[in-house]
Amino acid sequence: MSAAKVFTKPASMTDKIMHFCPGCTHGIIQRLVAEVIDELDIRENTIAVGPVGCAVFCYDYWDVDFHQASHGRAPAVATGVKRVHPDKVVFSLQGDGDIAAIGTTEIVHAAARGEKISCLFVNNSIYGMTGGQMAPTTIVGQKTTTTPGGRDSNMAGYPVKLTEMLAVLDGTAYSARVSVHNPANVIKAKKVIKKAFEVQIKGEGFAIVEILSTCPTNWGLSPVESIKWLEENILPYFPIGEFKTPGEVSR
Amino acid sequence: MSKVLMKGNEAVAEAAVLGGCRYFFGYPITPQNEIPEYLAKRLPEVGGTFLQAESEISAINMVFGAAGSGARVMTSSSGPGISLKQEGISYISGAELPCVIVNMVRGGPGLGNIGPAQSDYFQATKGGGHGDYRLIVFGPASVQELVDLTIEAFELADRYRNPVMILGDGILGQMMEPVEFKVKEIRKGPEKPWAATGAKGRARNLITSLYIVPEELEEHCRKLKEKYDRIAAVEKRHESYFADDTEIVLAAYGTTARICKAVVDQARDEGIRAGLIRPVTLWPFPDEPYYKAAEHADAFLTVEMSNGQMVEDVRLSVNGRKPVHFLGRTGGIVPTKAEIYAEVKKIVEGGVR
Repeated sequence: MSAAKVFTKPASMTDKIMHFCPGCTHGIIQRLVAEVIDELDIRENTIAVGPVGCAVFCYDYWDVDFHQASHGRAPAVATGVKRVHPDKVVFSLQGDGDIAAIGTTEIVHAAARGEKISCLFVNNSIYGMTGGQMAPTTIVGQKTTTTPGGRDSNMAGYPVKLTEMLAVLDGTAYSARVSVHNPANVIKAKKVIKKAFEVQIKGEGFAIVEILSTCPTNWGLSPVESIKWLEENILPYFPIGEFKTPGEVSR
Repeated sequence: MSKVLMKGNEAVAEAAVLGGCRYFFGYPITPQNEIPEYLAKRLPEVGGTFLQAESEISAINMVFGAAGSGARVMTSSSGPGISLKQEGISYISGAELPCVIVNMVRGGPGLGNIGPAQSDYFQATKGGGHGDYRLIVFGPASVQELVDLTIEAFELADRYRNPVMILGDGILGQMMEPVEFKVKEIRKGPEKPWAATGAKGRARNLITSLYIVPEELEEHCRKLKEKYDRIAAVEKRHESYFADDTEIVLAAYGTTARICKAVVDQARDEGIRAGLIRPVTLWPFPDEPYYKAAEHADAFLTVEMSNGQMVEDVRLSVNGRKPVHFLGRTGGIVPTKAEIYAEVKKIVEGGVR
């Protein structure tokens, strides 16, 4: 007789009720990170660095030591933390505006230095916290409060494929994009997040994982419609997959 | 230990090492480059880490992370770079983290030039970044004082969990003077049970300046205010030079104060009872000596390498009891002894109203 498996809250999560909007997939991502921390048994050995944006309260949900960062600067703060505690696991979580607009410099140079940190990047193609403005990852044609007629590439350019960009840097050890819009992808996403932590633990270098996420509130869609919209609009532009794995050096 | 001849910037760097600094994050800018260059060699010798960041913004945020991790950490820059660091300094202040920031001030505004200036006084002492916060600010006037105050800056930073700024200028950074390192053993910071180190066998630590509930932020700001009041009560420092029996009191800090001392000597030789009150801490500002001097002095003259910044604090201190005059040179120009003396004479002879 096999032992019954009971679905429980990860030990690395607090009891705090999440504040995310209904249907937003951010909560899944927060949970996956906690599950990975549990499975690697690193809760007492981990320092998280948070974003400014929808996940600004991530420290309410993860029961680990936590360091705040200003908007865009999480990789720099994480660098400071990791240099002081090279034996600890240091990871950051940032949204698309945080990492791919205001904080582009910090993420590029953390990667270029081969900083031994794991950077998680939640891409929902919009500024959620501030109420739905255009993000650096907003799809061409996507309506936001600052692109009311849809993003016009002639005026507002094109979405930034940050994770592919980072893959070409020699300092990047691991670069991958995942999605959490259905159960199969959630399982895949967790494996990739875990790998990003393992890359750090093995001392292999810098790891970036982009996680595609939905924003029903600011997309103006129901949760179910949001999943469909992500599949039809975001996935074709931001393909999921591993762009670089440890051992590869780009040319 | 005997004295060694050292450049101000290098002396600050060595003092930081003796003060227990093990982490330095910076970005090149003139006239302070000898600080990172010295530490790039020196820190690895003592098991420390030097990292050249991609910008001043990144550097101060690395300082934020290292300070929150419990380390003794420093960054240095000059005017334009210090402007870029302001957001980070505000976060560090809000999260109540100790660190030391050196500003070898150059001419501004904008790109200005690389000449010596004191035009970052407002930025250093009145906030600089957003929100209600204070830095402890030292205004050293010699290479020896740069050394002594830098070492002490790390102690004060840890004691109050507050950033401390060393406000020098291009001359102090670049000039060489004999200096004695009185600290024989490299210092170590105190235990920091609040730091982010991994929650091993304890409740997790949060390093944050975010208080989303207004009542909680007000409580936090009031706690900060109490701390600043405590600092102001015990940390005000100044040097008084012939300032007990005066007809005119000069007010100046740093490089300018050295010139003013020579002016006081000349004035005394020529029968003018001049004196100098030199703030050593620019925040908290030593207001009492000026207020008391107003009892016997007929006038004050503030001399700065700016268009007039510290003069506002001197006026607040004198509180209208006597006139406070101002002489400023700016743009990288250093006032001469002759022009300051001429102004002293004019004031004493009643030529300035």
